[in-house]
Amino acid sequence: MPGRSPLHLAVALDGAGWHPAAWREADARPRELFSGRYWTELVQEAERGLLDFVTIEDSLAPQSTLLDGHDDRVDQVRGRLDAVLIAARVAPRTSRIGLVPSAVVTHTEPFHLSKAIATVDHASLGRAGFRPVVSAKAGDARHFGRRDVPVLERIDPADPRLLDLFEEAADYVEVVRRLWDSWEDDAEIRDADTGRFVDREKLHRIDFEGRWFSVRGPSITQRPPQGQPVVSVLAHITAAYRLAARSADVVHVTPFETNDVHRILSEVAGVPHVFGELVVFLDDVPGAAASRKERLDSLAGLEFTSDALVFTGTAGELADLLLGWREAGLSGFRLRPGAVPHDLEAITRALVPELQRRGAFRTEYEADTLRGLLGLPRPANRYAPA
Amino acid sequence: MTKPRKQVHLAVHFPGVNNTTVWSDPRSGSHIDFSSFEHLAKTAERAKFDFLFLAEGLRLREYAGQIHDLDVVGRPDTFTVLAALAAVTDRLGLAGTINSTFNEPYEVARQFASLDHLSDGRAAWNVVTSWDAFTGENFRRGGFLPAEQRYERAERFMRTAWELFDSWNGVEVLADKESGRFVSDPAAGAFAHRDDHFDIEGRFNVPTSPQGRPVIFQAGDSDGGREFAAATADAIFSRHGEFTAGQAFYADVKGRLAKYGRNHEDLLVLPAATFVLGDTDAEAQDVAAEVRRQQTSGPTAIRLLEEVWNRDLTGYDPDGPLPEVDPVAGENTVVKGRASVRQHRDPLAVAKQWRELAEAKSLSIRDLAIHVSGKQTFIGSPGTVAETINRAVQEDASDGVILVPHITPGGLDEFADKVVPLLQERGVFRTEYEGTTLRSHLGLRP
Repeated sequence: MPGRSPLHLAVALDGAGWHPAAWREADARPRELFSGRYWTELVQEAERGLLDFVTIEDSLAPQSTLLDGHDDRVDQVRGRLDAVLIAARVAPRTSRIGLVPSAVVTHTEPFHLSKAIATVDHASLGRAGFRPVVSAKAGDARHFGRRDVPVLERIDPADPRLLDLFEEAADYVEVVRRLWDSWEDDAEIRDADTGRFVDREKLHRIDFEGRWFSVRGPSITQRPPQGQPVVSVLAHITAAYRLAARSADVVHVTPFETNDVHRILSEVAGVPHVFGELVVFLDDVPGAAASRKERLDSLAGLEFTSDALVFTGTAGELADLLLGWREAGLSGFRLRPGAVPHDLEAITRALVPELQRRGAFRTEYEADTLRGLLGLPRPANRYAPA
Repeated sequence: MTKPRKQVHLAVHFPGVNNTTVWSDPRSGSHIDFSSFEHLAKTAERAKFDFLFLAEGLRLREYAGQIHDLDVVGRPDTFTVLAALAAVTDRLGLAGTINSTFNEPYEVARQFASLDHLSDGRAAWNVVTSWDAFTGENFRRGGFLPAEQRYERAERFMRTAWELFDSWNGVEVLADKESGRFVSDPAAGAFAHRDDHFDIEGRFNVPTSPQGRPVIFQAGDSDGGREFAAATADAIFSRHGEFTAGQAFYADVKGRLAKYGRNHEDLLVLPAATFVLGDTDAEAQDVAAEVRRQQTSGPTAIRLLEEVWNRDLTGYDPDGPLPEVDPVAGENTVVKGRASVRQHRDPLAVAKQWRELAEAKSLSIRDLAIHVSGKQTFIGSPGTVAETINRAVQEDASDGVILVPHITPGGLDEFADKVVPLLQERGVFRTEYEGTTLRSHLGLRP
């Protein structure tokens, strides 16, 4: 009965919010975007709202309005910190909320990312995850100089070069996951009698051999507390749905109306959680959010649109929409606050209480790991004898 | 007027994955729980240390094709645990060892710049190199680098990273809500770098961090490594903790600075050092001897010999005499993933020397292994250890010390409580942090 299950909520953090002019709002703190305190306070606010997790956006190039390459704009936020390190910096200052940084997988090493996320999981006592991001941008590739990626004039979902990049990402996640399992939970024995610190029978090579790379293992880092930290994938096209179906615990999808939900659900069968993705502008007074967005649009000199539905309205109106889509089969939502802190606080202080009044959201944290919050069991180790 | 006293710099190395670390001690805690890292970092910060240091190894060590199981195995990701430590400390420097072979400059530069932002200016980078195909098997690029090119790549890597750090010049972020200008310069972060190892261009995406660049450490000891350090590093992680060798090393590397237009104080010499404290010097010597026996168990002694003999010696009794067979000549195939293997240049001569030593002193395999492993750098009462460290600094054998405790995570507690106050009484160690950045703690120019 999908309609009866409790709703899950995540919030997507990115700079001063998702609207390009959000940093100019009176309550915005644009000079602090590159500080640990800023990110800690945002995640603590999300935790006060009992959200399942936050995601943190990342990229291997400055933000740009272009599909590929820099745009030379000076009127929008440019520059960001490494999202995995932000998650690590926040971990000791929070206690229950999940931390899911984005990580570009096209140019990075799965060995490094696997141990980094495992370490966030150790530092947070079981609250880590990551969101693999494919980079199909020639500009990013030029930052690394190791490989060429195809120059895509536009995103064609059937482009085999794009399909390959997503296939490669799935291999990457497979390697990350195998490395998390490459240590059995009880590998460390500290047997003084034989002088052995570990039982090496419980450390495993992963011996991954794929089309694009091979990785031996085991990891240098012990199995993370969750066993398998949570992997979430944002998907708009079939290649990404396939990546999600093969690799993800949570898939973020972008319906614009209820009919889209039905269509998308058939594409991502088997993924434990399907979260709807929305940009939200929230105010108490009907119409106020729409006027606020219009004001931001005029500051930005453009009408803000997104790859996801842009919602303006009250918390009650948003709750109606979310519960309607839950009836259609979504298990949760990742909300992108249009402006921070305003829309983040509207989520935690208005939307959450509204959903609680309707019996659709937790009133206290019921688990202390992210898998626990998502109702996912701690998985058995694939290398351990059954 | 007395000559101004040099100030001592103190750092702590998180106990490593080698037999210095005594995991069998009942006080020995986790090597992966964040609470262990937090404990050590908070002890160091309470004692006003300059920084905490993390080593790195990117493949688990192997002996004879199997994972080496006698020492601590496993550790966290360097960047990530340092970023988490930034949340539970305010002033302590956070130094990470990061390999220049199995990373790329854009990624490492943005991770260090991010760490420096997230710690408000406390990041340091110990630049190391490796080349072996053994480690390369864990990476998509594999073991691509010829051994002789590793320092060259490290040097190019670091210079490339510097260009990325300098691609923002510290003034571009206006974040001026009124005018609507977030950055002053549309070309902020622009870079283009081309040499025989790296060919990259574009825009770096992290604005200037509090220190501008992380503090740079270098650990190489070869002539090339020393030259690299003299040209580029802020500090050397030295192996020469002993006084006389320390003075020679100190004079050597400081003497190389002038040709790069650098001053004496632009490069700090910080040797790694182990230590054992006791109420008296005699008691400390007894404890130190016991620690050395714990560090070198029978199986560990056999492994130490195997590093030289290059053959399976597991049939030998560690409490019996040394093997009569000779080492197997040629490339060491028994031990993988450990730097010290390369130090045994002439195994036959080493074996001969060890046999003679064992015979002369009636040493078993284990006794011999303990003997040749050497004593802890500092052994004594708090007063003795404080004076030994101070003398090394005042007489130019070092600028301080990177302490390597043998117990995790409490192995620094006693030093913090008993030795640090004595250095403070002598006026050679800070009683409060004066600045907020690591560069400031180390007296380096901004």
